[in-house]
Amino acid sequence: MPNETVLTMRGICKQFPGTKALDNVDFTLRKGEIHALMGENGAGKSTLIKVLTGVYEKDAGSIQVDGLPGEARIHSPQDAQNIGISTVYQEITLCPNLTVAENMFIGRTSGQIVHWKDYNRRATEILNSLGIPARAKQELSHCSLAVQQMVAIARAVDMKCKVLILDEPTSSLDEKEVEMLFGLMRDLKSRGVGIIFVTHFLEQVYEVSDRITVLRNGELVGEYLTAELPQVELVAKMMGKDLNDMVDLEKVGVKNAGGGETVYEAKGLSSAESRPFDFHIRRGEVNGFTGLLGSGRSESVRAIFGADRVTGGEVKVKGKAVRISNPKQAMKNGIGYLPEDRKRDGIIADLSVRDNIILALQVMKGFFKPMSKQEMKQFADEYIKALQIKTASQDTPIKSLSGGNQQKVILARWLLTHPDYLILDEPTRGIDVGTKLEIQKLVLKLAEENMSVTFISSEIEEMLRTCSRLIVMRDRKIVGELTGDELTQNHVMKTIAGGEA
Amino acid sequence: MRTKKSSLAWLMDLLIPLVALAVLVLFNLIRDPEFFRVTIEWSEGNPRLDGNLISIIDSASELAIIAMGMTLVTASCGGQDISVGTVGAIAGAIFVQTLVRMGPISVLTVIGALLVCCLGTILFKLFNGTLVAVFKIQPMIATLVLYSCGRDIGYMINGSATEELASPVIRAIGIRIPGVPVSTPFLLVVLVGLLLFLFFRLTNIRLYTQAVGVNQGAARLNGIQPTLIKLLSFVILGICVAVAAVIGVARMGTLTPKTLLADIEMDAILAVAIGGNSLGGGKFRLSGSVLGAYIIQMLTTTLQNMGVGSEHIRAYKAIAIIIIVTAGSPVIKSWFTAMKNKRSASADAASLKGVG
Repeated sequence: MPNETVLTMRGICKQFPGTKALDNVDFTLRKGEIHALMGENGAGKSTLIKVLTGVYEKDAGSIQVDGLPGEARIHSPQDAQNIGISTVYQEITLCPNLTVAENMFIGRTSGQIVHWKDYNRRATEILNSLGIPARAKQELSHCSLAVQQMVAIARAVDMKCKVLILDEPTSSLDEKEVEMLFGLMRDLKSRGVGIIFVTHFLEQVYEVSDRITVLRNGELVGEYLTAELPQVELVAKMMGKDLNDMVDLEKVGVKNAGGGETVYEAKGLSSAESRPFDFHIRRGEVNGFTGLLGSGRSESVRAIFGADRVTGGEVKVKGKAVRISNPKQAMKNGIGYLPEDRKRDGIIADLSVRDNIILALQVMKGFFKPMSKQEMKQFADEYIKALQIKTASQDTPIKSLSGGNQQKVILARWLLTHPDYLILDEPTRGIDVGTKLEIQKLVLKLAEENMSVTFISSEIEEMLRTCSRLIVMRDRKIVGELTGDELTQNHVMKTIAGGEA
Repeated sequence: MRTKKSSLAWLMDLLIPLVALAVLVLFNLIRDPEFFRVTIEWSEGNPRLDGNLISIIDSASELAIIAMGMTLVTASCGGQDISVGTVGAIAGAIFVQTLVRMGPISVLTVIGALLVCCLGTILFKLFNGTLVAVFKIQPMIATLVLYSCGRDIGYMINGSATEELASPVIRAIGIRIPGVPVSTPFLLVVLVGLLLFLFFRLTNIRLYTQAVGVNQGAARLNGIQPTLIKLLSFVILGICVAVAAVIGVARMGTLTPKTLLADIEMDAILAVAIGGNSLGGGKFRLSGSVLGAYIIQMLTTTLQNMGVGSEHIRAYKAIAIIIIVTAGSPVIKSWFTAMKNKRSASADAASLKGVG
């Protein structure tokens, strides 16, 4: 039984103007396995998923689904669903203002009179059997993101799906929620569902998956048993190069504790979203805020930047008392802020890469001092080159870039303003390994050039690699500050978790 | 190479309105080439151009001016102001009453009255803008109140008397300046267009407005104040409405609050849409909206020339507009890009074969 295939894709090709997105790619999914699909941004993961779910038409190749004679015809997402291929996307695609049960059965009723009582009962049964902590009559928006995602999965499972695709399901979940989701995935696996798991988190792949398929530049690199593929080798295969780069970074590990002048200092700073806290950073220092999601780390840096309504506290920039109550004042004081949610708070989706790069600098220059087109082009060119942003041209709308490149554009936007103090909130989330390393290196380089950086990441390893000081938060309070020898994964975990030592 | 590419992008953005215009021109050429005849007439020793084209360019003036303001409000707020026509009636009343009280009509008093009138419309539009930008009310709802009561306010300001503005200055504004063959309303469109062009050149309003329209939250985190940008767009619309109202009053030589700029709000919104601008806000092109205004007017004139009665004209116009708007819809556009992509892909393949 474990080797019974449920999905076979052979020789899949997909051509876009100018690029070959998929070139002769094979993919095999077996019954009751969790199969991680790995690759950097632009490797072809999402194209493959979209071909499988009928969003794109393939140019060549064949798809066979267990139990269906001959080749599966998938021309629309509806087709895919009908033959048992379900997808749960990163962004929840359910209706937040309907109840859990309504969300599970919407669009699936037979069109006659709907017996919501029955549906509610059935929904409760499914939720219970899958151990999902939600009530059928609860409004979906009242559930946490994780539970919403699980409801989406429950809906797919109830539709008798054979292939379940989870596209970056964990990127907005905290650790407990991830565990919950993994529990559900293992449960489904034991029921024989084949799960395709797309993620950027390497640790998660090793925790939950049985097999790994790696793509690079639209081509198949290979299929491996997770147990037989060391993590470093996986990264090497994804990047298509040796691990020298990573080693380089480890060497840089001489971290910048900064020195001299205190660039930014806050006493009792509070905002509508964060409790009063003290904070300071020196010139050339890289520090980090860490803690679980919801611990208040993002809210704290938002308060520093004036992104939320500031309610109190004293702020000094380079020793001088200043007032920072909105982003513009923060920018004028040499502070830059790369927000946590790139799509919602970072990119201006429809505008060009160029406009997105020059935006902050232009705002700082003022409403009545527009830059010349020539100047803008030069700046954009300079940073597209410096950060190796992959874009067709600077006139391309930023929304058509990959996530990693979008993030680089936002980074370019802030670097262009030459801030003294740069706040990066989750700059590497949802980004491929290569770009992640580039960004980490960049942070260290900036610090060497005397910029102060606050670096926030959900991946503790990443922060240990870059930060010389870690501020640990729990329940919206600072509960510890770690430096030097204390900067170990164990120590950080302990401080985050609390509990007297 | 690069400049060539960006000028092409400009052309692509305006593709639909340009094609619509071309179709209208072609249709009229086939139907009756005389449609395009422009003659020089002499009246009282002054030359004036005459013909259908001239009348189209002249009659569309108010619409073109308001469409420019409407484009900005649409871009920044992602919604439309439906009270431009009725606030126009208020503007007309303010203009006439100020002018009458300032004594004999001269160039100076007309400019004075226009300024007062602008002040009035700006206040009304700031009222709308505050509802939209501060209280986050949908633009259509926020402007609905003035839409329904604006003309009454116009009557209240104007009083019951209908003033006849018999003055050469008024005629010069509403019809043409003696010695200049082109109609003054058209010149005012050019003037407003130029002023806006200068304003766009000297400030960052385009970048700010688009940023606010596309992603207000991100704009705010980059130091832009969305509230101010939205209010600014309403202020500019207010000035546009004032100028259009003065043209309308001067054209008739008198004020009828009931008919001044009647139904212009819907045509203005249409002009914005035909011009290829998203009514959901964000990126915009003023030139597209102006083009849209002239297309609407050309459609009207064409239908009139075909002998369609004034009571049927709207129905025919509706059909044509549906065709234009559908052609510019995202669905049709994506079909076109898909077709283009296929062609360039096969061209790529062909060139690859050539290399191999």
